[in-house]
Amino acid sequence: MFGKPSRTARSLQYLALAGYLVFLGFPLVWLLSTAFKPPRELVQLHPSLIPTNPTLQNFVQAFTEQELGRAALNSLQVSLASAVLTVLVALPASYALARFRTRLGTAALGWVLLSQLFPFVLLIIPIFLVLREVGLANSHAGLVLIYVVWALPFALWMLQGFVRNIPRELEEAASVDGASRLQVLRRVVFPLLAPGIVATSLFSFISAWNEFFFALVLLKTPELATLPVTLARFVGVEGTARLGPLAAGSLLATLPSLIFFAFMQRRLSSGSLAGAVKG
Amino acid sequence: MTTVAERPDVAHADGPRPARTRSDRLGIYLLLLPSLLPIVVLSVFPLLRGMYLGFTDARAGRHVEITFTGLANYRELLGDELFWNSFKIGLLWAVGVTVLQFLLALGLALLLNQQLRFRGIARVLAVVPWAMPPVVVGILWKLVYHPDAGLLNEFFHRIGADALRTNWLGDFSTALPAVIIVGVWAGMPQTTVVLLAGLQGVPRDLHEAAAVDGAGTWHRFRNVTLPAIAPVIVAITSLDFIWNFNSFGLVYVLTAGGPGGKTMLPMLFAYEEAFRYGNYGYAAALGNVMVVIIVALLAVYLRRRLREAN
Repeated sequence: MFGKPSRTARSLQYLALAGYLVFLGFPLVWLLSTAFKPPRELVQLHPSLIPTNPTLQNFVQAFTEQELGRAALNSLQVSLASAVLTVLVALPASYALARFRTRLGTAALGWVLLSQLFPFVLLIIPIFLVLREVGLANSHAGLVLIYVVWALPFALWMLQGFVRNIPRELEEAASVDGASRLQVLRRVVFPLLAPGIVATSLFSFISAWNEFFFALVLLKTPELATLPVTLARFVGVEGTARLGPLAAGSLLATLPSLIFFAFMQRRLSSGSLAGAVKG
Repeated sequence: MTTVAERPDVAHADGPRPARTRSDRLGIYLLLLPSLLPIVVLSVFPLLRGMYLGFTDARAGRHVEITFTGLANYRELLGDELFWNSFKIGLLWAVGVTVLQFLLALGLALLLNQQLRFRGIARVLAVVPWAMPPVVVGILWKLVYHPDAGLLNEFFHRIGADALRTNWLGDFSTALPAVIIVGVWAGMPQTTVVLLAGLQGVPRDLHEAAAVDGAGTWHRFRNVTLPAIAPVIVAITSLDFIWNFNSFGLVYVLTAGGPGGKTMLPMLFAYEEAFRYGNYGYAAALGNVMVVIIVALLAVYLRRRLREAN
C-alpha cells in the first residue's frame, strides 16, 4: 500500500495468499483431475491428486451418452434464443432510456434492484400457472420467455450505458448531412454499439446457460431438460465410476461463462464498460 | 409536468433543443413498449399474484378453485415445526455465509491490493468460481466432500488424521458447516472484486498523511481504509445477504436439504411444498414471510450502519 512492510509482515502476507490459493484452487484442480481420470483410478481406494494415466474417455462418454449431449444442445438452443431475443427487445428501449429521461425508464431501472429482493418461489408459481394456461409450461419457448424477461432489466441497464457512451454529436452531424432517423441509427449508432450488443447478448446467454431453478420447475420431459438440470439429475444416480463423466460434463458446462468472463475482464479493464457499470 | 424530459447530463451546450412534440413522446413510448410490456406481464404481475396467492388456499392441479383464506396460511406456518427449523437453518446459512464471505473477501482484496508476487494468478483464481454455474459448483464440492473418492478425506488420510475422515455432507453435525463453506467459496469472488474496486478508490495521500502522523498499519486500516470503503461494504454485504437467503441451486445439488432436513433452506422448503406437495398457497405464504424477514433485517442493518456513519 505504502512504505515498505517489514520482512515478517511480508512473509505473513505470502502465507495468507498461499492459504487463499489453496482454498480457491484445490477444488478446481480436483474437478480437472477427476475429469481426466480413467475409471480404474476413480474407484481406487486412495485417489491421487494428479491422474497417473490421463484420458479423454470421460469427455467422450459425457458427450456420447445421449443425455448430456442432448442436454447441452437444449441449453445451447435456449440460451441462444434468449440472448438474441433479449438484445432485440432491449435495443429500442435502451436507446430511449439513454437519450431521454422518462419516469417509466427510472421505474424499469429501479426494478433491477427491487426484483433481487423477492424469492423465486413467489414468481415461479404464477408464471407456471400462466404458462400452463397458454400451453407453454413444458416447453423451451416458455423457458426462453422467462429468461428474456428475467435478463431484461439488467440488459437494459447495460445497453443504455453503452448508448450513452456514443457522443450525441455524431448522430446530429449525420442528420445534418441529410440522413434520415433510421439511417442514423443504422449507419452511426448500431456500428458503434456493436461491443455493447456483444456484451449484453453474452450476459443474457450466460444467465440462461447457468439458470437452474426455472428449468427444473418448468421442464417436465427429460428430453427437454437443460444442461444444469441434467447434471443435477446425474448427481442423484451416483456410483463412483460415474464421477468421471460428471466432472467432464461440469467442465464443459463452465466453458461458456469462462469465455464470457475473459471477455468482460478485458472490457472492464479497458474502461469501455464503465458507463454500463455505473448505470 | 411532462413525463418525458431531456436528460440533463446529455443535454446540449449549444442552446436549448426544440420542445418535444406529442409524436416524439409517442415515439419514445413505442421504443420502450417492447421491453416494458414483457416485464410487466411476466415479472411484475406474477409477483403481485404470487404475493396474493400467499393469502389463499391455492393448490396444484387444473381447475382447482382458489379461495381467499386471509391469514390462515400464516397461522399454520407459526405452528409448523418444519418451517421454524428451516427458517433457523436459513438464517444460520445466510448470516454465516455472508459474514465469512465478507471477512475472507476483505482479506483477499487487501492482499490483492498489495505489490505481491503471484497476484495475477490469485486474481484469476478469485474470479473462476464466479464464472461457474451454481450446479457445477455443487458438483465440484460434492467431489471434494465425497466420502470415498473425495479430496478432503484423502487429504486427512495423507496427513495421518484418519480419525477426521467423515461423510461430510451426510453427517448430521457436519452437513450445514460443509454447505456454508461451499456458499462462501462460491460467493467470495464477487465480493472480493467489489471490495478491491473500493480499495483502489481510496486516495493514497490520505494514507500518506496518516503515516506521516505516525499511524501504524492497523490504525491506518481502521481509520482511513475502512471508513473510505464503508459504503461499498454496506452495499455488497446487503446484496450478499439477499442472494444467500434466496439461494437454491447450490444446496439443492449438494444435499437436497438432507440429511434429515439439516440443510433445508427456506427456498428448498418452499420448493418442496409447492412442487412436491402442491401446496401453492402455503409456499407463496412462505415466500411472503421471507420477503418480510429480509426487508426487516436489512432495515435494522442499514439503520445501524447509517447511525455509525453519522
